[in-house]
Amino acid sequence: MRRNQVAVVGAAETTELGVIPNMSQLQLHADAALNAIADAGLKLSDIDGFATAVETPQQVCHYLGIKPTWVDGTSVGGCSFMLHVRHAAAAIEAGLCKTVLITHAESGKSMIGKLPRSIPADSLQGQFEAPFGVYGPPSMFPIPVLRFMKTHGITHEQIAMVAVVQREWAAKNPRSMMKDPITVADVLNSRMIAYPFRLLQCCLVTDGGGALILTSADRAKDFPRKPVYILGTGESVETPMVSQMETFDSSRAFKVAGPLAFKEAGITHKDVDHLMIYDAFAHLPLYGLGDLGFMPYEETGKFIADGNTRPGGKLPLNTNGGGLSYMHSGMYGMYALQESVRQMRGIAPAQVKDARISVCHGVGGMFAASGTIIFTNER
Amino acid sequence: MAEPARAKPKPTPETQDFWDGTKAGELRLQRCDACTHVYFPPRPFCPSCANRKVTSFKASGKGKLYSYVINHRPAAPGFTPPYAIAVVELDEGPRMMSNIVDCPQTPEALELDMRLEVAFEKLDDKITLPMFRPAKG
Repeated sequence: MRRNQVAVVGAAETTELGVIPNMSQLQLHADAALNAIADAGLKLSDIDGFATAVETPQQVCHYLGIKPTWVDGTSVGGCSFMLHVRHAAAAIEAGLCKTVLITHAESGKSMIGKLPRSIPADSLQGQFEAPFGVYGPPSMFPIPVLRFMKTHGITHEQIAMVAVVQREWAAKNPRSMMKDPITVADVLNSRMIAYPFRLLQCCLVTDGGGALILTSADRAKDFPRKPVYILGTGESVETPMVSQMETFDSSRAFKVAGPLAFKEAGITHKDVDHLMIYDAFAHLPLYGLGDLGFMPYEETGKFIADGNTRPGGKLPLNTNGGGLSYMHSGMYGMYALQESVRQMRGIAPAQVKDARISVCHGVGGMFAASGTIIFTNER
Repeated sequence: MAEPARAKPKPTPETQDFWDGTKAGELRLQRCDACTHVYFPPRPFCPSCANRKVTSFKASGKGKLYSYVINHRPAAPGFTPPYAIAVVELDEGPRMMSNIVDCPQTPEALELDMRLEVAFEKLDDKITLPMFRPAKG
């Protein structure tokens, strides 16, 4: 895909984040969409392309009253929205539509109008994973981490520092759920969830949503907000079964999507001013730093423990506080994208000074899927 | 009221041979007749070279502990926490999820790369699960 041909011209989260007992999941979609429409200075009738995940496009389009000529219902977990951005950029460039709305919402905490997720007993997961006691992401996502730690010489304290540093970022963000400072000892003494991970190494469970609006870069200059251009994109999937990953030393989906986006963007790692790596659990930023080629895996733990990703560090990472401290409704990718857009607009609560390039990397399922979007505010 | 039961697999035509195997006390894998690739989970073609001629065979049932978590909460129905959810690397190459039996469910007892051997656990007349225990000797 060509660089900087498509831009984000509208971006917003739901009016409230956290615990929203007065809205169904579908209404959270609408709330985020209406906020993004207002942000872009558009009318719903201007939208001719639509993408969402989990909920179907027809469900949300009908609810909002949108009549699209292009839809994308790609639903590969929490990074679905990265894939939507990539697909939407291609569709806009191909002339299939002009103005795309991407919505996410999840009543992850209040569970109002939330679609049930179940594993059929005759699926491969139902036959070869569920019988052994996996029960939700905390019991599955950390399964690879002990092997990753042994192979790469990563310590429990270093992974605990991921949560500590992200809490420092969250403290700067009025909308983050958790703001009180924490220490490595706090993390390692918090309630055990699934060894080796404890409560403070697992993401929050919240309600919320977000929406993005994309159009061609040529049209983008006429919108009220500073355009944020799509510089590079990548995507991939591996397996829905965490036990069947090619290796636990890295993520194949990450290793495909990330480098693809860097290549398309034509940038090197030194060019990156701001980085988001979807952190459903505390080990993900380590995988991301290694798989995206920022450094050898062996150095990832020390890099974070040494403070390089904290406020004032040389590689600001997860500057909204991340899924560990900002919010995590279940499919966090949209919130990572929102923070990248805020950073590129220059309006983030913890703004990285003079940031020009933001890399936003997402995961879907338990390393099942991946999407990477590289943004810039310079065309 | 009955105790909540462990999730029970429901075989499909493609996996029936595997579950027939565990019932007969065999851990079965499949090997490609063309490229000799050994793979899991079962399917009637080779995921490496797409050849449809594959052969089911009795695996050694031996392997090593590749990785695991010890799940504390929330516990799956039929499980008493803390319990380990493990991924076993079989000597033939493929990995599979399982539980480790006859072993304390602690980080001290569960050492990565420890040798394991299959131990079958009958759930009912149709389904027997492949579990693993520390290898003897």
